[in-house]
Amino acid sequence: MSNTTLPSLITLNNISLRINKRVILHNVSLDILPERVLTIIGPNGAGKSTLLKIILGLQSSSSGDIQRKKQLQIGYVPQKFSLDPLLPLTVERFIRLGKAEKKFSLREILTELGISHLRESTIQQLSGGELQRVLLARALLGEPELLVLDEPAQGVDVLGQSELYQLLTQLKYSRGCSVLLVSHDLHLVMASSDKVLCLNQHVCCSGHPEDVSRHPEYLQLFGNEVNSSGVDGLAIYTHHHDHRHDHFSTEPSIDNTHG
Amino acid sequence: MDSFFINTLLTGLAVVLVAGPLGSFMVWRRMAYFGDTLSHAAWLGVAIGFMVGISISLSILLLCLAAALLMFWFQSDNRLGNDTLLGILAHSTLALGMIILSLVDNRNISIEAYLFGDILAVNTADIQLMWLMCISVLVLLIKIWKPLLSLSVHKELAYVEGVNVGLYSFLYLLMLASLIAVAIKIVGVLLITALMIIPAATARRFARTPEQMAIIAALIGVVALLLGMFMSLQWDIPTGASIVVSAAALFLASMLLGHQS
Repeated sequence: MSNTTLPSLITLNNISLRINKRVILHNVSLDILPERVLTIIGPNGAGKSTLLKIILGLQSSSSGDIQRKKQLQIGYVPQKFSLDPLLPLTVERFIRLGKAEKKFSLREILTELGISHLRESTIQQLSGGELQRVLLARALLGEPELLVLDEPAQGVDVLGQSELYQLLTQLKYSRGCSVLLVSHDLHLVMASSDKVLCLNQHVCCSGHPEDVSRHPEYLQLFGNEVNSSGVDGLAIYTHHHDHRHDHFSTEPSIDNTHG
Repeated sequence: MDSFFINTLLTGLAVVLVAGPLGSFMVWRRMAYFGDTLSHAAWLGVAIGFMVGISISLSILLLCLAAALLMFWFQSDNRLGNDTLLGILAHSTLALGMIILSLVDNRNISIEAYLFGDILAVNTADIQLMWLMCISVLVLLIKIWKPLLSLSVHKELAYVEGVNVGLYSFLYLLMLASLIAVAIKIVGVLLITALMIIPAATARRFARTPEQMAIIAALIGVVALLLGMFMSLQWDIPTGASIVVSAAALFLASMLLGHQS
């Protein structure tokens, strides 16, 4: 892929954020290119979600500037989503609250994500993995050029996670859609990303996943986890399951109101 | 007697028809305590209205909006918890209102009427004002239904999808303040929030969509109004309180009903 000649979707120049004198982000610069998967990783409190909010325009920065391509269509899958039990809303109604259908119909998107059977379910009945796909469906209906996901694998088990990342890689090819991911999860993410940016208030290192995984600052942050897992960082992902489930399952410990 | 009954019914209808749908948004957005704070601020509006000698409804409307803006301004400063902030604002406006009222010559003011409502005090001008409020709020609500619902479901998602979150949040507050400003006369400062959240909470069990819930909440409000008026006439008890108690009884009945099935 030689997309480097295409203009960036979003460019950040030296973005900094201080709240009550505490440095949340320091001189962060990054480029979001078309048809690429960019993953931001970093420990808890590294400012990953805040950076995402600045990119989405939900939060302003203290200094630095940000350029967005004109009329950029963004699909957003938030990290936290809980709907008040007093709000009756079916999956279909929820998805239609977003952007209007364009090239792909709601039915096609639901089928592609394997959640056609959930169309009439109420949002509060969904498990973590199902909710994740419903949020993704709403983001995709608006035909985004950029899909932004904040910790999408939370509440989804390992098999579900690898399916999710496979799906995101597919989207890059089938829709020509860029993906921006935030994660604190290391191994699974890395093989499906074109570029990884390791954040800890500042950009520690960025580049091809394999290079990042060997970078000293990365190893300093995540070294223990890499060693204790006892496997090469990319090995888990290249392993193929001999059977697949149609939808994600959820760890029993996660609060799901499946019933 | 007949014209009194009709006046009461007309004013009450204008209030409950708006309170149901607005109350639905209030419970969806988990803003019950916020609504409570606004209605306490309305008490300061009553006091200032008497002090300055302007229309009570107008001064309540302005005070509610000012209180709402103040809350937004404070909320951006994260040092205080949200409910602490609301508690401070609710009770300090109530206390300030009491002090101001004690200073103005209040021989002609029935304080109780504004605390608990006095439907007997309603005149033709009030009825016109209430229906003006009712129709404008309902028309506006229908016009902004989709973006308002979207931001009630998830504010940040709505923002990213291009919804003007600030504008619609403000319009919702404006509608809320308008309702409170004219409804104080019927149910009073202390009971107006109940008229919004109880019918909405009762309607949930019977609704499959947000629209159904808003409409059913309005209808449950009508039933509570009729029951409350009947109780009030029958036993000579306060009308506003009777309407709220009827609504609560309907809520309880819906809970028990739901439990059986």
